[in-house]
Amino acid sequence: MAKIELQGLGKRYGSAQVVHALDLTIEDGEFTVFVGPSGCGKSTTLRMIAGLEEISEGRLLIGGEMVNQREPKQRNIAMVFQNYAIYPHMTVGQNIGFGLYTAKLSKAEKQARILEAAKTLGLEPLLNRRPAALSGGQRQRVAIGRAMVRDPAAFLFDEPLSNLDAQLRAQMRMEIKSLHRRLGSTIVYVTHDQIEAMTMADQIVVMKEGRILQTGSPLELYENPADVFTARFIGSPSMALLKGEVSGGALRVAGAEISGRVPARASGPVLVGVRPHDLEVGAGEPGAGFRAMGLVEAVEPLGAETLTHIRIGEAQAVATAPGRVLPEVGSMVPVRAAPGTLHLFDAASEKALGRI
Amino acid sequence: MSAGLEASGRLIRPGRILAWTLLFIGGLIMATPLLYMFSTSLKTSGQVYDLRLIPADPTLKNYVEVLKDGRFLRWFLNSMLIATAVTLSNLIFDSLVGYTLAKFRFRGRALVFIAILSTLMIPTEMLVIPWYLMSSQFGWLDSYWGIMFPGMMSAFGAFLMKQFFETVPDDFLEAARVDGLSEFAIWWRIAMPMVAPALSALAIFSFLGNWTAFFWPLIVTTSRDLYTLPVGISSFSAESSIRWEMIMTGAALGTIPTLILFLLLQRYIVRGVMLAGLKG
Ligand SMILES: Nc1ncnc2c1ncn2[C@@H]1O[C@H](COP(=O)(O)OP(=O)(O)O)[C@@H](O)[C@H]1O
Ligand SMILES: [Mg+2]
Repeated sequence: MAKIELQGLGKRYGSAQVVHALDLTIEDGEFTVFVGPSGCGKSTTLRMIAGLEEISEGRLLIGGEMVNQREPKQRNIAMVFQNYAIYPHMTVGQNIGFGLYTAKLSKAEKQARILEAAKTLGLEPLLNRRPAALSGGQRQRVAIGRAMVRDPAAFLFDEPLSNLDAQLRAQMRMEIKSLHRRLGSTIVYVTHDQIEAMTMADQIVVMKEGRILQTGSPLELYENPADVFTARFIGSPSMALLKGEVSGGALRVAGAEISGRVPARASGPVLVGVRPHDLEVGAGEPGAGFRAMGLVEAVEPLGAETLTHIRIGEAQAVATAPGRVLPEVGSMVPVRAAPGTLHLFDAASEKALGRI
Repeated sequence: MSAGLEASGRLIRPGRILAWTLLFIGGLIMATPLLYMFSTSLKTSGQVYDLRLIPADPTLKNYVEVLKDGRFLRWFLNSMLIATAVTLSNLIFDSLVGYTLAKFRFRGRALVFIAILSTLMIPTEMLVIPWYLMSSQFGWLDSYWGIMFPGMMSAFGAFLMKQFFETVPDDFLEAARVDGLSEFAIWWRIAMPMVAPALSALAIFSFLGNWTAFFWPLIVTTSRDLYTLPVGISSFSAESSIRWEMIMTGAALGTIPTLILFLLLQRYIVRGVMLAGLKG
């Protein structure tokens, strides 16, 4: 168990700055998820924490000690890879036991730990199997087992679920989450999938182009995204953005009618964000929040609700209709959003200005 | 035409027939000398020039004679020792070099690789004189080491192993690194088992090459006790009269270890490099 601190941590490959001076504290026992599009430097950051990648600048502290110069094995961290990296020439039991390679334990103690981990992960009946005879989900469990037996200061996961199918992914999300609850260990988890971030994290770190854009709990990020990127990245389907203009304290959006108090610092061109789940199909009361007419371009009936893809002026948006309502493609439907649900961003800087 | 149909009813394509015919002819060409070798080894000296494939009066007398002659056994063991030692050396050093070139980034890596590859372009015949001078100056002439040293590592082996190590995903090595293995242990315990098929292939090439080596052992050895099997067998023929049936018997016995080695290892060679461990 340990706290991990990144102080101005950066990575350069030759002249290319891949990670820019990250500052972040990961509390002991916290589940932190790095999320961002592919190529934004998540893996590089994780690998610097693991000691697999040299740190170009800044300091890395694990448990209060600076570990920049330490070898991976001296950092007492365990890592689970996207491709599982379980050894094909060893049985499941030997693979799990491999995590104890350097541990000074008796054979019986090692065996007990292997059994315990296998039990926790439901791998007991498979201990003598070879990886070739396992499914993807089972392989990933073996990889987690190898990390677990170590009792490490922190677990690092690099996109561990991206090779699994959607159903298994959902199941493994919950398993990793409950494992975290049980072990109470520090976890740093990297993914490009915002759903994984939302469902598992205590703390989400949104990265883009080697920088941290925002840090916070899943709900904080969902409710108060600091900029357009985070706003669109977190939440699915993505937030819709409509071009608008603030002048004289009034917000105007072509094709829509908006009432509410515009934040004082907003002026000039802005972007108005509205989340699909806040935008409902149906006529609203005049003067209450957001009202507009949308041209239906596609509908996705999901049963409980119907996602309705509409066009408001030039902008595309997704609105929700009740499950049994199927708006006709090509027709115009009224949509509304309650006051306080709209996100306002500066059009030039893309920074959040507040909500209306 | 019913002859063109298999039982399942599928047509046998003419291309297939051509391929089979060519393969059959090729196989026959390869097998004939071997068959004659075995056949001759079962003949008496009087029958050697009777070219029937199946000896009129087969006998194992030659085998008894060859095996009774202590020299043959000595040469056989010499060859065994030399081929085994050189093969083990190649397995270890070629893969160390290949692994380093495949998995570590260091200054001059490409240069080292090109230097190793370029040695492949020098024919053995050109190397024999330098080897000989070197052996004579170090006092290695007429010794086991003298026979072995040129083959202890091979550029081809290093190249082969490099290509195979490149197919081992870095994740495996990094996982082991995080688990606390030393770099040497990563190579030995993780990377080596994962290239087992390549090691088998290298073992066979290396063993065969050294088992059948003739030119260099002939040059570097002078005492009969140090002859390898091919050199020894050829010395049968250098004596007063050529005893073909004895030469063929020696040669037939000489094929046994290579056959055993091949049978033991072929399963690994045929098997794919990466069976599991990665996403399946
Ligand atoms: N060895 C390397 N040399 C040069 N650039 C690299 C190297 N490894 C990664 N990069 C670059 O660093 C950036 C971040 O990579 P990575 O951390 O793997 O992204 P992510 O995991 O977020 O998808 C990418 O643009 C990638 O091209
Ligand atoms: Mg990555």
